[in-house]
Amino acid sequence: MHISEPIQQHPGGATMPGIGDWTPDMIRDEVNALKHKPGALLPILHAVQNRIGYIPEGAVGIIAEALQQTRAEVHGVISFYHHFRTRPVGSNVIHVCRAEACQSMGGRALEAHIKTRLGVDYHGTTADNEFTLEPVYCLGNCACAPSIRVNDDIHGRMTPQKFDRLADRLTTATLDIR
Amino acid sequence: MATRIYVPCETTALSMGADEVAGLIVHYAGIRGVDIELVRNGSRGLFWLEPLVEVETATGRIGYGPVEPDDIPGLVEAGLFEGQSDHPRFLGPVADIPYLKRQQRLTFSRIGITDPLSIADYRAHGGFNGLDKALLLSPQAIVDEVKASGLRGRGGAAFPTGIKWQTVHDEPWQQQKYIVCNADEGDSGTFADRLVMECDPYMLIEGMAIAGLAVGATQGFIYLRSEYPVAHRILENAIHRAEAEGYLGDDVRGSGRAFHLEVRLAAGAYICGEETSLLESLEGKRGLVRAKPPLPAIKGLFGQPTVVNNVLSFAAVPFILAQGGQAYADYGMGKSRGTLPIQLAGNIRQGGLIELAFGVSLKEILEDFGGGTFSGRPMKAVQVGGPLMAYMPESQWDTPMDYEAFGQLGAGIGHGGVVVFDDTVDMGEQARFAMEFCTVESCGKCTPCRIGSVRGVEVIDRLRAGENREANLALLEDLCETMVDGSLCAMGGMTPFPVQSVMKHFPDDLTA
Repeated sequence: MHISEPIQQHPGGATMPGIGDWTPDMIRDEVNALKHKPGALLPILHAVQNRIGYIPEGAVGIIAEALQQTRAEVHGVISFYHHFRTRPVGSNVIHVCRAEACQSMGGRALEAHIKTRLGVDYHGTTADNEFTLEPVYCLGNCACAPSIRVNDDIHGRMTPQKFDRLADRLTTATLDIR
Repeated sequence: MATRIYVPCETTALSMGADEVAGLIVHYAGIRGVDIELVRNGSRGLFWLEPLVEVETATGRIGYGPVEPDDIPGLVEAGLFEGQSDHPRFLGPVADIPYLKRQQRLTFSRIGITDPLSIADYRAHGGFNGLDKALLLSPQAIVDEVKASGLRGRGGAAFPTGIKWQTVHDEPWQQQKYIVCNADEGDSGTFADRLVMECDPYMLIEGMAIAGLAVGATQGFIYLRSEYPVAHRILENAIHRAEAEGYLGDDVRGSGRAFHLEVRLAAGAYICGEETSLLESLEGKRGLVRAKPPLPAIKGLFGQPTVVNNVLSFAAVPFILAQGGQAYADYGMGKSRGTLPIQLAGNIRQGGLIELAFGVSLKEILEDFGGGTFSGRPMKAVQVGGPLMAYMPESQWDTPMDYEAFGQLGAGIGHGGVVVFDDTVDMGEQARFAMEFCTVESCGKCTPCRIGSVRGVEVIDRLRAGENREANLALLEDLCETMVDGSLCAMGGMTPFPVQSVMKHFPDDLTA
């Protein structure tokens, strides 16, 4: 189940980073580039999510038609895999490792701290749309636990203090760009 | 001549700040007017020393670590660029660090030494010798060499690799066959697959190409977990370069034989590490496990004969072909031949990759290599082999790392991960997590796994709340038995192992 804060639209109607604005042609581009591959559905879903940030409901029919599958089949695949998202995410996606090696190094306390600091539970997006929080079961960084992933960067030996500094830096960086 | 400086580009080193360290080194070299050549090598796997900076000198590569960005000005002042010893981070010659020197690195002989993407580096360190040899052999002779090595699947199931290859080899050759690499390394405490892919990717490419030659497969897939973005980048790059140099493609090294390779990204489902679920996923479906038989070797990917092996199994093959199966089988004990890449993790002072012949005791790993817990507190439990394996109490730490010896204890080696817990751990919470993990990751196909795990969490919660102790213990025992005997695959079938080990060895933690 997804527990999510309502997504706030940026005043003035401009699209905030992380909120995907998409057209059917964008989906068709990705589908057409990959549909010839054997077992093309996962590569297509990755491509759509990479481009738009999530897999919009409206993409399901386009993908299903191109692959000659039912919408139910495509939906079934999307919902099976934790990685695929069906709603927009914040500017930064934070994955917190919940697995044993991180638990042995205080991962549970870190997890609780991050939830409190961001004010969201897993699968939630902060009200300012800066962060989406997700659980992950192992980042393979188990000798320098606990670990989190921020977008594509892994951070080891994470502590509540280090997390706060990181979150501040990420927020500031986004403000600067705006 | 430029001084060569090495700063790893591998995930753990990066997670500890390697990019910033590399940037500062270049910056200070510029200020000082020192001519340096920065090489982004792989990691040596000595993770408590990351970022480990190495400087090439006349007397070999000198190490400094763990280097934090703030250390750089002082290190430069103390003669980093000359390999001087006058700094607390100085480690001396890296090859002489006991943790490394005591290992028997057959598979991981190159990691940390080379630039992972340099084919010239790979060749200079014995790379592609196995493929060159295989191109001169008949397919059956390649399979025979793998059989002679005694190699057993390193993913966890420990099935003899040579026998699997023989089965695929014996299927008619006038059809499409596939080589599939299981790189969905999802067990907590493991990172050896990742190290192969990030630090020595051509070794995996070579091992898979050899498998293709052995069984008559022209297409390979690496099913890579999406949690490994660095490995993904490096693998894609390595495959591209290997194609350009003729190690992959329609005509592998001018032999007239084809082998194509493609990375396919997984999507965060632990169950897809199970081979039949993985094949479903590669076919573009939900990762539901298939009933066996038919074996994937006979009806695998898209219904065709398929070799499915773990990264480490393929990675062992180039050595076996280059040096001969017997050279590999000379290491090990009993039916566990060759070396085991042990991954030491969790609450441990010196975590990292330890490749040793089978037979070393767990205690030697924990104490001699690990140096005790990171927290400095006493160790309480060790989980070997991932989230579906038993928690081992101190009384079992003398056990030699051997598939059969661990099996006799109701434990397992799995993929070789060792996760250490100190005495602050609440083992009841760990037992609960084992069940909880299964509720999240069960594919849902069979009832004991899908429903049993949910009931397992509930029973453990009741026990921890102090409700009906005896009755709930009996219920939990019964539930575990049902899951072990009634589940379709190892997910539901082994989830009870950590729970049962807690009931047996740490009963006080389970009940309130």
